[in-house]
Amino acid sequence: MKVLMFGWEFPPFNSGGLGTACQGLVKGLANNEVEVTFVMPAIHGALDGAAKKFVDASQISGAIRNLKIKTVDSLLAPYLTSLSYDERVKKIAELIKKPQQYGNTIYEEARRYAEAAKLVALTEDFDVIHCHDWMTYEAGIAAKKISGKPLVCHIHATEFDRTGGTNNQYIYDLERRGFHEADKVIAVSNYTKGKVCYHYGVPDNKVAVVHNAVEFTNTPLTPEEHAIKQYFKVVLFLGRVTIQKGPDWFLYAARKVLDKDPNVKFIFAGNGDMEQFCIEKAAELGIGHNVLFAGFLRGPSIDRAYRMADLYVMPSISEPFGITPLEALRNGTPILISKQSGVSEVVENAIKVNFWDIDEMADEILDVLHNPERYARLRDNGRAEVMKFNWNEPAWKCKQVYEEVVRAEAW
Amino acid sequence: MVDVCFYFQVHQPYRLRKFGVFDIGTHANYFDSKKNISILKKVAAKCYIPSNRLMLYLIKQHPEFKVSYSLSGIFMDQCKRYAPEVLDSFKELADTGNVEFLDETYHHSLSFLYSQKEFMEQVALHRKQIQTYFGQTPKVFRNTELVFNNELAHVVEGMGYKGILAEGADHVLGWRSPNYVYRPKTTTNMALLLKNYKLSDDIAFRFSSHDWKEFPLTAEKFAQWVSTVNGAGTNVNLFMDYETIGEHQWACTGIFDFMKALPREILKHPDNAFKTPSEIIAAHKPIAELDIHHFISWADIERDLSAWLGNDMQKAAMYHIFALEQQVKATNDPGIIELWRKLTTSDNFYYMCTKWFADGDVHKYFNPHDRPHDAFISFMNILTDLQIRIKKKEVKPLEQPIPAR
Repeated sequence: MKVLMFGWEFPPFNSGGLGTACQGLVKGLANNEVEVTFVMPAIHGALDGAAKKFVDASQISGAIRNLKIKTVDSLLAPYLTSLSYDERVKKIAELIKKPQQYGNTIYEEARRYAEAAKLVALTEDFDVIHCHDWMTYEAGIAAKKISGKPLVCHIHATEFDRTGGTNNQYIYDLERRGFHEADKVIAVSNYTKGKVCYHYGVPDNKVAVVHNAVEFTNTPLTPEEHAIKQYFKVVLFLGRVTIQKGPDWFLYAARKVLDKDPNVKFIFAGNGDMEQFCIEKAAELGIGHNVLFAGFLRGPSIDRAYRMADLYVMPSISEPFGITPLEALRNGTPILISKQSGVSEVVENAIKVNFWDIDEMADEILDVLHNPERYARLRDNGRAEVMKFNWNEPAWKCKQVYEEVVRAEAW
Repeated sequence: MVDVCFYFQVHQPYRLRKFGVFDIGTHANYFDSKKNISILKKVAAKCYIPSNRLMLYLIKQHPEFKVSYSLSGIFMDQCKRYAPEVLDSFKELADTGNVEFLDETYHHSLSFLYSQKEFMEQVALHRKQIQTYFGQTPKVFRNTELVFNNELAHVVEGMGYKGILAEGADHVLGWRSPNYVYRPKTTTNMALLLKNYKLSDDIAFRFSSHDWKEFPLTAEKFAQWVSTVNGAGTNVNLFMDYETIGEHQWACTGIFDFMKALPREILKHPDNAFKTPSEIIAAHKPIAELDIHHFISWADIERDLSAWLGNDMQKAAMYHIFALEQQVKATNDPGIIELWRKLTTSDNFYYMCTKWFADGDVHKYFNPHDRPHDAFISFMNILTDLQIRIKKKEVKPLEQPIPAR
């Protein structure tokens, strides 16, 4: 089985969970004897350290068996807003003095990626096309039209998840088109499948659910006791500080916790369009000294942040899956997650609340911080549970989907 | 008769460094020493040293020339360590007898707003340092950033001062003139000297502005403006940052030549004279009582507290740092108390200001942070670190030895 896969990021440079998920999936597919050609946008020429690393990602293809990474010239990167896209175009234009080479808007850029995809589809040898989220859907559709091969559209996050309901119509239309042009849709959770069927009018039997996974090595973690932990309880938010992730609900719950126990520090790790709002809101709520901001973290700092915390909270208002709680468990940090998440379907050792129920959230936070028995149970059982996860199973499910669409094609 | 009263504010804060969450509890330094030293040395070379030399020259040329300074305690601290020659040249000025030094809070703080106790302690520290360095005991007080109200005047009179400085803000003066001595409503015998902000800002802000219709400003023209006060006032108070000379207004704008020529031009008019604040107070009785209930300051167009307490971040940072006072002092640890006091410096809150309009440029000056939010983040991380330092000091009840019977 040979797959032509369109993505847009891949570790070591990734700004969200999608790159990590693609990497895991691709590794799992390799173990299932599936050959993958992974196509992703790249920027040639120096932009900044981060972008350089992004390009270098292509070098890691050698590390995974059965994987070939191809980069095509494009500016696409995850979580771009129209505004940040404009800034990026300008920055690159200054550097390479050839602004016309890139599309003027993020939508044109997606179209440009689709043009590049046709070329790739004509030159590569594959049985099925697999693409991830809206920016690659046009590429997937174009590749399908030119090659006649079946298309699988994987949905990691819908426009409804990202925006909390204030959709960008263009993106919604593109997602919808992808789902309908696809031979099969893969959703990362039942929660997401529900959104796809309900909001996009996709028949129930066209959507397969493949939960994400994580794969942790058993290497022992360096024992590190952060000084702050000896004097305060620490509750962590880690992720993009944007409406989808529920940072405001985290703050409102923090206010309630601090009414009862002023000795708790709430730490935000990550940046995003709601960061300034959260800083100002914390000050306004009178808890400015108990809400700290760590900024965007990378690599080992992420593990340090988890280990600094007594509790990890993921209050997302809509989380198709959500890998971070599993990473927290791996680091021995108990988790509290919103029920509006895919991960809550697969993890047992977690406190689960509705994101909007700040009273319950605050009560649960206080309880786990002051109940050592429950804390230890959540931590130990959670860590044991999460070590059982692996990508081979989801990859095997994807392979079943490939075989199904290829069989259907043969009919 | 017009008495010209020059007062220059001289201050450099201990700017905080970018202090991350992972720095908390690691004994990391709070201050950006490298930047603080380099700014001090830069301003010393551009302003303090040449300006002091100019003032010495002017006093020699015109024995009638008088000038007054307020040096923040933490400015003197930094000079002592990194630019002792600056301190020496101020001592030289003090020795002329033509220079008066005023008192302020040692740490250039707005402590009066939160803790009268701390306010008085910081002023006492300052007074002691002025006595040590310059052999003077200040009689006139100026609060940080000329923050002032009735209550402050009352407290300061109780501390033994004869006079106090404030902004001649339009919204408290109304039809009245800043060119007289007043008495704050809550005091029995205290003089209030008000900044003539129009003439002061002509030098401090507009001097090099090409858009200004009076550009270029000559000493002759400025002296004429001062002289027109004759008959309509007793004194003209020119209050400004010392950094105006050579730093805010670079040497190439001609500010040094202007200042050099100004005493001569002003003294050309036989009715004009220079006086220090104490001399003004001795020469002129208050002409009226002034009732200033709400706080005023010399900052921004609002002339109020909004430069330091204009948004929720500033209010939170200020509130929470002063809320630590009792815990900090209970440690009895001079190191912790001094660290905390340095955090009370008003500049820390000024950097969190989000009023980016006409005054934005002033706020950005010397601001070590990219965003006001970054200033807040570092400040709160540092505050948490300080809490840990305090907690480490606190003796836990269980660890106390059981007293022998």
